[in-house]
Amino acid sequence: MIEIRGLEKYFGALQVLKGIDLDVEKGEVLSVIGASGSGKSTLLYCINGLEPIQKGSVIVDGTDVHAKGTDINKLRQKLGMVFQQWNSFPHLTALENVALAPKIVKGKSKAEAQSIAESQLKHVGLGDKLNVYPGALSGGQQQRLAIARALAMEPSYMLFDEATSALDPELVGEVLDTMRLLAEEGMTMICVTHEMGFARDVSDRVAYFHQGVMEEIGPPEQIFGEAESENTRKFLANVR
Amino acid sequence: MQETISFFSGFTINDLWFMGEAALRTLWISALSISIGTVLGGFFGWMLYEGKLTAALTLAPVLDAFRSVPLIIQLVLFYNFAPIVGLNLDPFGSGVVILTIYTAALVANVARGGIEAVGRSMRRAARSLGMSYWQDMRYVVLPIGGRAVFPAWVGVALGVMKDSALVSVLGYVELLKASQILITRTQEPFLILTIAGAFYFALSFPISRYAARLEKRWAQ
Repeated sequence: MIEIRGLEKYFGALQVLKGIDLDVEKGEVLSVIGASGSGKSTLLYCINGLEPIQKGSVIVDGTDVHAKGTDINKLRQKLGMVFQQWNSFPHLTALENVALAPKIVKGKSKAEAQSIAESQLKHVGLGDKLNVYPGALSGGQQQRLAIARALAMEPSYMLFDEATSALDPELVGEVLDTMRLLAEEGMTMICVTHEMGFARDVSDRVAYFHQGVMEEIGPPEQIFGEAESENTRKFLANVR
Repeated sequence: MQETISFFSGFTINDLWFMGEAALRTLWISALSISIGTVLGGFFGWMLYEGKLTAALTLAPVLDAFRSVPLIIQLVLFYNFAPIVGLNLDPFGSGVVILTIYTAALVANVARGGIEAVGRSMRRAARSLGMSYWQDMRYVVLPIGGRAVFPAWVGVALGVMKDSALVSVLGYVELLKASQILITRTQEPFLILTIAGAFYFALSFPISRYAARLEKRWAQ
């Protein structure tokens, strides 16, 4: 379970998260929506400790992410993350991209790491691209490669930071299908997204962020049907 | 009638052998300086990248000095003044020290550029997989950044190899010094400098060809 309490984050004098309280249960799919600059992506970076926080706490399975003495590298193995830019390692083949972290971080043997990588690449539909370098893959394929790379660490949670927003429209579908597949398999996911269809159809809950505040959170029917907040209604009216 | 005494003699096959040995000395002093200088320069580049303000105020001006002052001046000053502080190095040792520092000063900025070329987003992706700082440096930054700045490094290495000719001013008999000795004896500067140029080309060309092949392979 991820427990966030009173989370505050500043970039210099600018406060980007203003006291966020949020629980994410095991097996839950939470979509985070909101305008650019509302603090959605920063929330994910704070959850896996890529950004320091100024106040509050983020607890993952009982471990405080930002506490002194926390083995953050070990904790991050539980928190798979997929970024807007896929960030494939260009000098490695698809198989090597996925096998690298299991080998050097988890200490798996080369054969074991490659077997995990092969199975995860097949999982995301890239079973025929094992020995292809990222430069020869489309954006959608590279993003699926990034998902396989994160899954190879056998995380308990997956954090998606606008995983489809850098893709050409025709490539969005294949990545969303992969994310849907993970949700169906019971993966706990926090998805920062601008894909309202995905948020409505796949999420258990949807959180709307506005200027660093979690303005509203609830089931998709509530957020997309009868949102309580005026800001939520305005935002959804603009993106539809 | 008295025979004319000649102080000069023609170029022989032994002289070619003498130049070949000198070329090996050029290769040796260059390889040593470039290898140590690259490691040192990589470390300095990392300091410039990570140290930010502290490195900018302390290390950067020192490296700037070594990059800006002509190498021949550095060599002469070091060779003549090092004994004052108890460093009694022969011409080879002095040459290696100065060429190494000179290489390091040039490589430092190349290395910093390489680290910057990897980008914050890529490094965050690596760290998000649970990699430690040093695993990220070893498995992501070094191969990706290294490839990005490899052509610049090759340029530095070839430049330093040619600049190693300046160690001749200290009396170290590398290729240029050997050529000067032979020119004095044979009075055939055109022939000897052409041979010396051919030796330098023979040393540089395989390196640049191999580098070009590597770059082509990486680009695939």
